[in-house]
Amino acid sequence: MSWTETLRTGLAAIRAHSLRSTLTVLGILIGIAAVILTVGLGLGTQKDVSEQISSLGSDLLIVTPGSSTSSEGTRGGFGTRATLTRSDAEALASEVNAPDVAGVAPEKSSQLSLETSETNWTTTVVGTTADWPSVRARTLASGEFFTDEDEATGAAVVVLGSSTATELFGSTDVVGQTVTMSDLTFTVVGVLADAGADSSTDLDDLAVIPLSTASDQVIGGRDRNALTTVYVQAASTDQLSAAYQEVESLLLNLHGITSADSADFTINSQDALVSTATAVYRTLTVLLTGIAALSLLVGGIGVMNIMLVSVTERTREIGLRKALGAPPWAIRRQFLIEASVLGLAGGVLGAVLGILGARVLPDLLGTSIVVSGLAVVGSLVVAVGIGLVFGVYPATRAARLAPIDALRSE
Amino acid sequence: MAEALVEAEPVAVDAAAPVIDLQGAGKTYRTGSLEFEALKDVDLRIEEGEYVAVMGPSGSGKSTLMNLLGCLDTLTVGSYRLAGEDVNELDEVELAAIRNRRIGFVFQQFHLLPSLSAWRNVELPLLYGHVPAADRRARAEAALERVGLADKFANRPGEMSGGQQQRVAVARALVGEPALLLADEPTGNLDSASTKDVLALLDELHAQGRTIVLITHELEVAEHARRVVRVLDGRIQSDTVSSRHANSARSAGAAGAAGAAGGRAPAGAPGSMQAGAR
Ligand SMILES: Nc1ncnc2c1ncn2[C@@H]1O[C@H](COP(=O)(O)OP(=O)(O)O)[C@@H](O)[C@H]1O
Ligand SMILES: [Mg+2]
Repeated sequence: MSWTETLRTGLAAIRAHSLRSTLTVLGILIGIAAVILTVGLGLGTQKDVSEQISSLGSDLLIVTPGSSTSSEGTRGGFGTRATLTRSDAEALASEVNAPDVAGVAPEKSSQLSLETSETNWTTTVVGTTADWPSVRARTLASGEFFTDEDEATGAAVVVLGSSTATELFGSTDVVGQTVTMSDLTFTVVGVLADAGADSSTDLDDLAVIPLSTASDQVIGGRDRNALTTVYVQAASTDQLSAAYQEVESLLLNLHGITSADSADFTINSQDALVSTATAVYRTLTVLLTGIAALSLLVGGIGVMNIMLVSVTERTREIGLRKALGAPPWAIRRQFLIEASVLGLAGGVLGAVLGILGARVLPDLLGTSIVVSGLAVVGSLVVAVGIGLVFGVYPATRAARLAPIDALRSE
Repeated sequence: MAEALVEAEPVAVDAAAPVIDLQGAGKTYRTGSLEFEALKDVDLRIEEGEYVAVMGPSGSGKSTLMNLLGCLDTLTVGSYRLAGEDVNELDEVELAAIRNRRIGFVFQQFHLLPSLSAWRNVELPLLYGHVPAADRRARAEAALERVGLADKFANRPGEMSGGQQQRVAVARALVGEPALLLADEPTGNLDSASTKDVLALLDELHAQGRTIVLITHELEVAEHARRVVRVLDGRIQSDTVSSRHANSARSAGAAGAAGAAGGRAPAGAPGSMQAGAR
C-alpha cells in the first residue's frame, strides 16, 4: 500500500470520525494558540519596556546626588552639603577633562506653581542650560529654546511642555505670552514637541528655565548651586562606558573621594535600566511560557485520551484489515498518517490562530505581542509529537495482535 | 505425532498439494491461568475444488478451526500446510500476504467497515495486494455485479440490509480471486430469503472451481456442500458425503470419507485424511 493510498485511507478515517477528529484538533489548536499568545505577550511586554527606556537615549548617563551602592543609605546627604553642583557639571562639560562626553545638561528641578492672569498650574520647573534639548533628545514645536546668553544673564524666559501650555492657556500657540512664578514674570519663548509619557512621569508637563535664573531667583533652596540631576551625553553609544569612567573619576576627584565604593553620587545608564527591566520581564516570560506549556500538556493529555479510545475502538478494524492481508507496517503507517494529520492540522490552525491573535489583540489590550518563531515551531513539534506518540503507540500494539484477537475485540 | 511426516515431505510449494492439509492440529486457549483445549488432534485434508461444510453445535470448535485454516490464528500443536506451504514457518508479513492472495473470508458479523462505501470495502484486499488504483475500482465493480449489487456500489453498509451487506462481504472475499473461500456461519445473521441468496452465490462460486469451506450449525445449510465434516468437543466426529450429494460424490476425498461415515476421522482414506498418531 503506497503512501498516497495510506493518506487517502487515513483521511477517510478522519472524516468518518469527524466529531472525535474535531475535538482532537481543537485540543491541540487551543494549546498551541495559547502558547504562542502567552509567550508573545511576555516577549511583547519585554520589548515595549526596553523600547520605552531606550527611547530616552542609549548614549545617556544620569548622575544623581547620593550613593545607591551604600547599604547604610544615602551618603553625603541632601541635608548636609550638596554633592552635585553647577561646578561639577561645568567640569564634566570640559572637553579636556572628559573627551568622550558630548553634552551635559544639569538640572535643578522643583514643583512650583505657574500663574497667568486667568489661572494657575503646578508643575515641574526645570532649571538647565542651553544644551538641554540636544542632551534630552527634545525638539520644539514652536519658538526657540533659550540661549547660553539667556542662561548667563539669568533671563526670565521659559519653555513650556505642551500639556503645561494647554493647562495654562488652553492652547500650545503661546510664544510671547507671560507666566508668573515665584513673583517673577517669565516670557514664553518656546513650546516643546510631544514626547509622550514614560511609565512614571508626564514628559509633556514641565516648564524649562535657565539654570542661573532657577538657582538665583526661582528655586534657590538650601544650596543654590545644588543640582537634582546631571544628564551626560556620550559622544556615541560606543563611547558610553569610556564616558562613564571619565565622569566617575572626575567627580570622585572633585569631591576628594578616593574609593568608588564611597562615592556620594550615583551614575545610571539607560543600558543598566534596560537590562534590569529586561531581566524582570524575561522572568515574566518564562513564567507565562510555563503556564502555556502546562496548558499544552493538559490539552495533550486530552488528545491522548481521545487517541487511545479511538485506537481501542478500532481494534476490530485493525483485525479486519489484517485478515484481508494488511501487514503490521501498513496498519502502523495508517495510524501514523492519521495521527500526524490531526496533530499537524491542530498545530497549523493553532499557529494561524495564535498569529492572527497576535495581530488583533495588541490593539485591544494596548500591549505588543511578539510572535516567537521558536514558540511556533516548538509547539508544532509538540503537537505532532503528541499525535504520534499517543496515536501510534496503541496502534502499534494493536497491529501486533493476532488478527483473530483483534477481530474478536469489542 | 505428525512431525516426522512433515519433515519427510518436501517443503516447496506444490500445485498438486491439497489446498488444506492439517495434521495432528490442536489449539489451546489460555485465559489467565485457565487453559481450554478448543481443538484436539485434528487431521483434515481438503483438495482443490472441494465444497466442505463444517458442522457442529455451538462451542464445538468450528470457528477455532476456521481461524486456523485462514491463518488468523496459530496452532498450538500440529502442522498446517496451505497449498503445500508450511504455515508455521511463515512470519507475520508472509502470513498477511497468504491471507491476501489465497484466502477470502466471509464472517457471520459481515465485518464491513461502516465508514466506507460498498466498493471501498470490496477493494480492501486489492489495496493490500498492491493492485493499481484503476484496476481496483473496475474489479470491485465487477465483484459487486457478480453478487447482484452493482446498484449499491456507492452505498455504505448502514444503508443496506443484512443480506446485502453479506453479499458485499462475499464480493470482498472473491475480488482477489483467492483459491480458498472460508465462510464462518455466513447465514447466521440472515433471514431465509437472504440465506438462499448467499448460499446460491456460494454454490455458483463452487461450480466455477473455487474451494469452499462453509461453517454452519444448520443441516440445511450444510447440505449445500458435497462433504460434511462434523465437529464435537474439539474433535472431528465424522467426515461424510452430504446426503443430498451422496449419489454423485465428486471428489475422491469425499468418496473415501463417505465410506467411513459415522466413525472418527477415518484412517488411511486415500487422499483425504492422515491418520492420527494415536
Ligand atoms: N479466545 C478464546 N479464549 C478462550 N476460549 C475460547 C476462545 N475462543 C473460543 N474459545 C472457546 O473454545 C470453544 C470453541 O469455540 P468456537 O470455536 O468459537 O466454537 P463454535 O464456533 O463452534 O461455536 C468454546 O468453548 C469457546 O468458549
Ligand atoms: Mg463460531
